[in-house]
Amino acid sequence: MRGPHDVGGLEAGPVETEAHPLTFWEKQIDAVNALLSQKGLKRTDENRRYVEMLGHDAYNCLNYYERWTASLSRMMIDKGVLTQDELDAKIAEIKARLGADAA
Amino acid sequence: MAERFSPGETVRIREAYPPGHIRTPVYVRGKVGVVTRPFGRFRNPETLAIGRDGYPEKMLYEVRFLQKDLWPDYRGSGSDTLLLDIYEHWLERAS
Repeated sequence: MRGPHDVGGLEAGPVETEAHPLTFWEKQIDAVNALLSQKGLKRTDENRRYVEMLGHDAYNCLNYYERWTASLSRMMIDKGVLTQDELDAKIAEIKARLGADAA
Repeated sequence: MAERFSPGETVRIREAYPPGHIRTPVYVRGKVGVVTRPFGRFRNPETLAIGRDGYPEKMLYEVRFLQKDLWPDYRGSGSDTLLLDIYEHWLERAS
């Protein structure tokens, strides 16, 4: 009944107020988000709904941009913009590339 | 279209828990407040959230609550208030 984002009035511990620099991939997902908006493929409220649908466990263990990544990839699959197979293949390709770089 | 509620009117927030993207926080549902001003009409975030165009637009109001009405163990002043932005379809007359 209460979504994982709707925490008003709940114990949450201290708020971290220190600014931290964005990583490159966080800037990339922000850029992807802006591009999908420009192309009319998503709306901000849709992204919020998908993030809220992650459920308490996933929501609370993912950081801000990880939630966006989970939300946007699922949204694009639901809309038929990409398929789970395409996403899995790309992830495998990048994993292999990073593994080769690390070796 | 005219506003359904006027400044100074007492309203109760709907006590409903529908699925979807809802901008009315759970802690305020079922609580009573006072309309302070209308903000104007905006596209409905609840239908924007499911990929629709958000029309018809919904009137958005600023509603004032007493903190002591929201939190049973509130220890601050009895006159402390909280202002929230609430869409018209979440408001019921309560006078």
